[in-house]
Amino acid sequence: MKLEQCIELAHGAGGKSSRRLIEQVILAECRNPLLEPLADAAIIEWDKTRYALTTDSYVVSPLAFPGGSIGELAVNGTVNDLAVSGAKPLVILSSWILEAGLSMEVFQREVKAMARAAKAASVIIAGGDTKVVEHGKGDGLYITTTGYGLVEPGVNLDPHRVEVGDKILLSGPIGDHGITVLLARGEIELEATLKTDSRPLWPMIEPMIRLEPSAIKWMRDPTRGGLASVLNELAHDIGFGVMIEEELIPIRQEVRGACEILGLDPLHIASEGQFVAVVDQKKAVDFQKLLNDIPGGEEARIIGVISDKPSGKVVTLSAYGGSRMVDMLVGDPLPRIC
Amino acid sequence: MQYVDEFRDSRLIKKTIETIQQLADPTVHYRIMEVCGGHTFSIYRFGLHALIPSNVELIHGPGCPVCVLPMGRIDEGLRIAEDPKVILTAFGDMMRVPGQTGSPLVLKAKGRDIRMVYSPLDSLKLAKEHPKKEVVFFAIGFETTAPATALTLLKAQEWGIKNFSVFCNHVLILPAIRAILDSPDMRLDGFIGPGHVSTVIGCRPYAFVAQNYKKPIVISGFEPLDILESILRILRQLKEKKSEVENQYGRVVPWEGNRTALKLLERVFELRSYFEWRGLGFIAQSALKIKKEFSYWDAELRFGTQGITLTDPKAAQCGEVLKGVLKPYQCKLFGRSCNPEHPVGALMVSSEGACAAYFHHVYQKTEL
Repeated sequence: MKLEQCIELAHGAGGKSSRRLIEQVILAECRNPLLEPLADAAIIEWDKTRYALTTDSYVVSPLAFPGGSIGELAVNGTVNDLAVSGAKPLVILSSWILEAGLSMEVFQREVKAMARAAKAASVIIAGGDTKVVEHGKGDGLYITTTGYGLVEPGVNLDPHRVEVGDKILLSGPIGDHGITVLLARGEIELEATLKTDSRPLWPMIEPMIRLEPSAIKWMRDPTRGGLASVLNELAHDIGFGVMIEEELIPIRQEVRGACEILGLDPLHIASEGQFVAVVDQKKAVDFQKLLNDIPGGEEARIIGVISDKPSGKVVTLSAYGGSRMVDMLVGDPLPRIC
Repeated sequence: MQYVDEFRDSRLIKKTIETIQQLADPTVHYRIMEVCGGHTFSIYRFGLHALIPSNVELIHGPGCPVCVLPMGRIDEGLRIAEDPKVILTAFGDMMRVPGQTGSPLVLKAKGRDIRMVYSPLDSLKLAKEHPKKEVVFFAIGFETTAPATALTLLKAQEWGIKNFSVFCNHVLILPAIRAILDSPDMRLDGFIGPGHVSTVIGCRPYAFVAQNYKKPIVISGFEPLDILESILRILRQLKEKKSEVENQYGRVVPWEGNRTALKLLERVFELRSYFEWRGLGFIAQSALKIKKEFSYWDAELRFGTQGITLTDPKAAQCGEVLKGVLKPYQCKLFGRSCNPEHPVGALMVSSEGACAAYFHHVYQKTEL
């Protein structure tokens, strides 16, 4: 498909447009074997050790929202990209773009939030950079963080290992972050007792790896574009069908309610503290039980299965026998949520 | 979730489908039109079309506000936004609808000040906050959204807000239903009647469908069980050789409608002698115009719109799909040059558009 003439907000939404921007512009110019899988982190093997490297920028508006803020998000988002690559997060670098006029108090608050989140995720902030732009040319502050971690031995995440019959495991309720930020903007007069789910995922993923690393075949965190977008990327990469049972997907009442009112699909709404994994069917129940025993993993559930058809598509099934295809996010109903 | 979960109850849904199977005469091919785009969305979203007997065909109607808006009107609205003093506001549904020179979103990316609002009152507030700007509300929708526009115009008058105006594109559902019933290439057996529109106009105005055209019409809610029950009621009427107006959506739709809202409409709007609809052409007395008393806030007068008519891209068959003559996938452009990311017609944009609903939710063509 042809590229748009100019950059639109949809290019940043994590859906179809983002994918096209990356494939048709960035991958086309920078193609190499490390980049090609377009995974959450690049895996670099050196002297029999595998290192994971990732980077992410944070432009969320507003800077603070119930349950979190940009400084914390900038740590968790990046360590989670390492975690879902099967790597223990070790070190973070952080770059700050600050707008002249930003209150020092806000800057200090966000650095503190970052330090706190780094401590909670057991990573150190080993370096970084600060730049300042003129007033009116930033939006308070933007952060870019780069994360570095060590891939655990025995981990082999590769969509090509996914087979028909493998189970899809989700760590908990989806959409909390997206709806929280949307409501925090105050543009819609809706109230909910909802907070971001931003948290480090390694404490949940590490025990799974300890249990049986080879039984985990694929992992992603459903941030921008939501569960629908990561599952579509999976379906596209493996060429099999991804069947999920809609009633099994944990979604909080507040998120469902907001989505019903606003005409959004919860499957398109971002989470910042959940992951979805494709696991060997024989181990799926063990993994689920393991997660259910970890604080914060109580609601983890097997939500679906890999099927031979329809090839390359994600389909939801309902208890009464209805089915629908779930497409990737098109456009951007909620810009700048992370 | 209350008022949602009860209407998605698998056991009841299965039972209703069984009753539909018993009621539908296998030797008859039923053609039932769901007037509302919201119903079209639900049908595909919940896969209902695949659950009912294959001889009960659902035909998508014209009840999608952005879909029926002809391209000329979209371009006129966007032309207003060319003025650097203007902030053009619109519902989210409008943002990706293609005009001849691009969608509001594309023009916004190019620097025009076009903003999404959830209510016309937000647009009025924006005008209050930006006294040096001209804030224009691109009003679309059927009787569902028109009362909110009417209220906003009353408030603009009451508060004396001068830098605000409304580009009025409100249309009426009844003339569209009549046009479809009068259309020679359309054979229908019954209607799943509009839900949201009926919360305002009530059920009485549909009497002509039942009495003059002898077609059953059941005003319906939007959950799976609502739609299935409405289909069931239509089939029952057909079996009993009846044609009546029934209200399945009684929990929201009062038989007499919403008098306050109707009074607001009457106070602020009058009928246009004719209005152009995409696919249906010019229909007499089918749209609302801002009354003289409120003409100060009429963007058509303030910005001197030209009343341009633009034809849709030649190969696009939006009109045929809107009238229910073609299924979305039967259009030559469907899924090829016209897809949700690069829509040629509005039906591929709005969640209520039949093409978008079909494209997003149906994975096998043969399902229909």
